[in-house]
Amino acid sequence: MSEIAEKVKAIIIDKLGVEESEVTPEASFTNDLGADSLDTVELIMEFEKEFNVSIPDDQAENIATVGQAISYLEEHAK
Amino acid sequence: MELKRVVVTGLGALTPLGNTVAEYWNGLVNGVSGAAPITRFDASKFKTQFACEIKGYDPEKYFDRKEARKMDLFTQFALVVAEEAVQDANLIEGNYDPDRVGVIWGSGIGGLRTFQEECVNFANGDGTPRFNPFFIPKMIADISAGQISIKYGFRGPNFVTVSACASATNALLDAFNYIRLGIADVIVSGGSEAAVTEAGIGGFNALKALSERNDSPETASRPFDKDRDGFVLGEGAGAIILEEYEHAKARGAKIYAEILGGGMSADAYHITAPHPEGLGALNVMKNALRDANIKPEEVDYINVHGTSTPLGDVSEAKAIETVFGDHAYKLNISSTKSMTGHLLGAAGAIEAIASILAIQNNVVPPTINHFTDDESFNPDLNFTFNKAQEREVKVALSNTFGFGGHNTSVIFRQLND
Repeated sequence: MSEIAEKVKAIIIDKLGVEESEVTPEASFTNDLGADSLDTVELIMEFEKEFNVSIPDDQAENIATVGQAISYLEEHAK
Repeated sequence: MELKRVVVTGLGALTPLGNTVAEYWNGLVNGVSGAAPITRFDASKFKTQFACEIKGYDPEKYFDRKEARKMDLFTQFALVVAEEAVQDANLIEGNYDPDRVGVIWGSGIGGLRTFQEECVNFANGDGTPRFNPFFIPKMIADISAGQISIKYGFRGPNFVTVSACASATNALLDAFNYIRLGIADVIVSGGSEAAVTEAGIGGFNALKALSERNDSPETASRPFDKDRDGFVLGEGAGAIILEEYEHAKARGAKIYAEILGGGMSADAYHITAPHPEGLGALNVMKNALRDANIKPEEVDYINVHGTSTPLGDVSEAKAIETVFGDHAYKLNISSTKSMTGHLLGAAGAIEAIASILAIQNNVVPPTINHFTDDESFNPDLNFTFNKAQEREVKVALSNTFGFGGHNTSVIFRQLND
């Protein structure tokens, strides 16, 4: 797993209080990991801070699963 | 319309003296001080370096980590005491109508630490706003009542009162009024505060409101003593479940006491200083006695606001002498803040509990830390100095006054059928 993927998973485990085994690429933040809309906003902000990127709202809407977050950040992280 | 009777059927406490009602009462009657050096932050540069903090509080004992992270400490405290009170009152699904159970809570400040941390983060950044989405819902004072309702599904009246150190008593009086008017059957009331932060201590220090007796924290809160030098900041919460009398009887609830009446008034004088003649304090006690429809002579115990400030203690004592006349010298007075410190918006909650338990146990908790008489106080007043006193307590009155000149009094009585 890439360094980015490791960091993304760690943030999700920390913010959503879930087990590592639940954080699969297909896992949806809201449907599988118990996030509500505010949790999702917080996750996006943590990604922005950790990877020093700015994720526009229209793109943030497309980040709904662990895998989508990892691929977005692998592409955009500086 | 005929007003309904309202009784107390559940209690919860998280205080600097103990983390349950039983531990709290035990600390009170044994004259224990809750003051100690501040652990919540490095206070070495502050004029006051001690406070009455909760001891041994582990959020993970009550909440999962994710849940706890989304709540300021004052809301966590609220949920902890609400749970103790709900259990104590034996409120279980089926013995109440959730649409007629409300939550009316008090907090003077709300999520001060949350506010402080978010502003610090922003100030330390490059100007890019990175406020946490939970910032506002963690900080706002009313979230405590909201969270309690969400946890239990109580869908009746729900809000938080803000009147500084009178907040929880205002909450109790609102709860009392809604129930006696028939608007709700049960209301979870009380208050919580968690202001032992850099901003809290620094802010009150700037006002010259806090004791600076750093060499002896446990003797710093000394209401009515000649050498008192300000209040000691406390944190914690108290919950009181008020219930319509017939409703409580019908479900076989244990009844601690009846809430007989309450008073409210304003000093209309100064933002922080009390009226020198205790005008607001005098009016509020008169209002409460009138509302409760009892004579001054019927009051056995007054749990005073008595914060240990030079001015406040004097004006309150004067007001008691004026309202109660000769009876002022027969009743017991005590400031339990000598032990708990001043819990600001939660003070009224934990002091109402002290008053209710004084009635239950026929014991008046003491005003500890009395060393030197002050000639400002009539020596015939019984401040219950240093040791608890046993006496029959049928009626207890609790005063709380807040910055802004808000005054509240509430009267409890042993239940008479």
